Amino acid sequence: MDNERSEVNRNLAQMLKGGVIMDVTTPEQARIAEDAGACAVMALERIPADIRAAGGVSRMSDPAMIRGIQDAVSIPVMAKCRIGHIAEARILEAIEIDYIDESEVLSPADDTRHIDKTSFKVPFVCGARDLGEALRRIGEGASMIRTKGEPGTGDVVQAVRHMRKMQAEIRRVASLRDDEVYEAAKELAAPLDLVKYVHDNRKLPVVNFAAGGVATPADAALMMELGAEGVFVGSGIFKSGDPAKRAAAIVQAVTNWQDSALLARLSENLGEAMVGINAEEIKTIMEERGK
Amino acid sequence: MSRRVGVLAVQGAFAEHERAFAKAGADVFEIRQTADIERSFDALVLPGGESTVQGKLLRDLKLLAPLRQRIAEGLPVFATCAGLILLAKQIANDSAVWFGLLPVTVRRNAYGRQLGSFTTKGQVGSLADVPMTFIRAPAIESVSDNVNVLSTFDGKATGVRHGNIWAFAWHPELTTDERIFAAFLAWC
Repeated sequence: MDNERSEVNRNLAQMLKGGVIMDVTTPEQARIAEDAGACAVMALERIPADIRAAGGVSRMSDPAMIRGIQDAVSIPVMAKCRIGHIAEARILEAIEIDYIDESEVLSPADDTRHIDKTSFKVPFVCGARDLGEALRRIGEGASMIRTKGEPGTGDVVQAVRHMRKMQAEIRRVASLRDDEVYEAAKELAAPLDLVKYVHDNRKLPVVNFAAGGVATPADAALMMELGAEGVFVGSGIFKSGDPAKRAAAIVQAVTNWQDSALLARLSENLGEAMVGINAEEIKTIMEERGK
Repeated sequence: MSRRVGVLAVQGAFAEHERAFAKAGADVFEIRQTADIERSFDALVLPGGESTVQGKLLRDLKLLAPLRQRIAEGLPVFATCAGLILLAKQIANDSAVWFGLLPVTVRRNAYGRQLGSFTTKGQVGSLADVPMTFIRAPAIESVSDNVNVLSTFDGKATGVRHGNIWAFAWHPELTTDERIFAAFLAWC
């Protein structure tokens, strides 16, 4: 990937900021998400809560199903490939997907290496639990970062942990003397030029979203407060009682996360939230896939 | 005195516009709800992002009608990408009309899906060699006679001026070239 394409891809992700990206499994859900104000949709056959419930190996979705969603909406469409699965990523690029999520929600295809994303034209979003992991993914060519959360649980605790940790590490790196950055790069196991960027600019060189367990307008506002630039909502919308209303409320909550009176109004009468699973009580820990 | 510029900040790349206009000497503030536009200001910025999202939020947050009225009354507007779509009188591949004050027809995502984003350089009004970043950009398919074309790509208009409205299909805020912001502030 040439530098210009990498720059365009990073800028492309800037357009998603302040927005909500929603998981959808059908064209109908995709239209509900678009009408509710989603800035992009993630097309997948099963939402994370169902992937977790079904168990077994989960893979890239059927391209025909993804195309159906691409045809249904005018906003960007993302799709997931397995960590390290170069061929799934090539297939998604071939159907002109707008972004590829190299995702721990699917079963990893490679347990040590991620995809060399610099060899693709299409932009990638990747999960990260801390600054080192985020910068390693950006070094591999990711144009956008999200927290990993613990997908499909409806429990926001991991997303909060990852976002707080990443922001604390960014503040720490920014506070270093210039000659201390080299050691920081070693500790973080991250590329030096990217650690220098964080030191000089006090932020990641790409957009940083929250993902995992966001189920209410208050959850979304919490993640914005902690420094997220937008949110992914997975199972939280279409596993709830009134998806259209909840989706629209979360979209407004992300824009006006500082207005508590508005948040109170947005939180009223949304119907049943997804039941969720306490993240402490589960066996398959997806966030540990890929480091 | 520095100009007070309100940047629509409901969704999208508003932070980049804030940075660019602040650097060019403007006094910048964010517009997220009706309380934010009760003060007086000299110009409005409509940033890039997703036009469907911004349009819906403008309507839900009850900002669409009051901002439309101010633009119609002559408030200077600087719009890029999604902002251009929000201003257009007609969208060729979408039945929605938002502000509907700029007499042009635009086509959303006209340069193709993701892989259709690119950068180029060109003339913008009297400015030469301006870097232009197109991101899932809309095309301006036709303009009415009283619209002034400022920039073109591949024979099609990509930047226009009509009275108090300056609108671009590309993203001046994503480059380090500040001339266009300075030009707008000097004019408004």
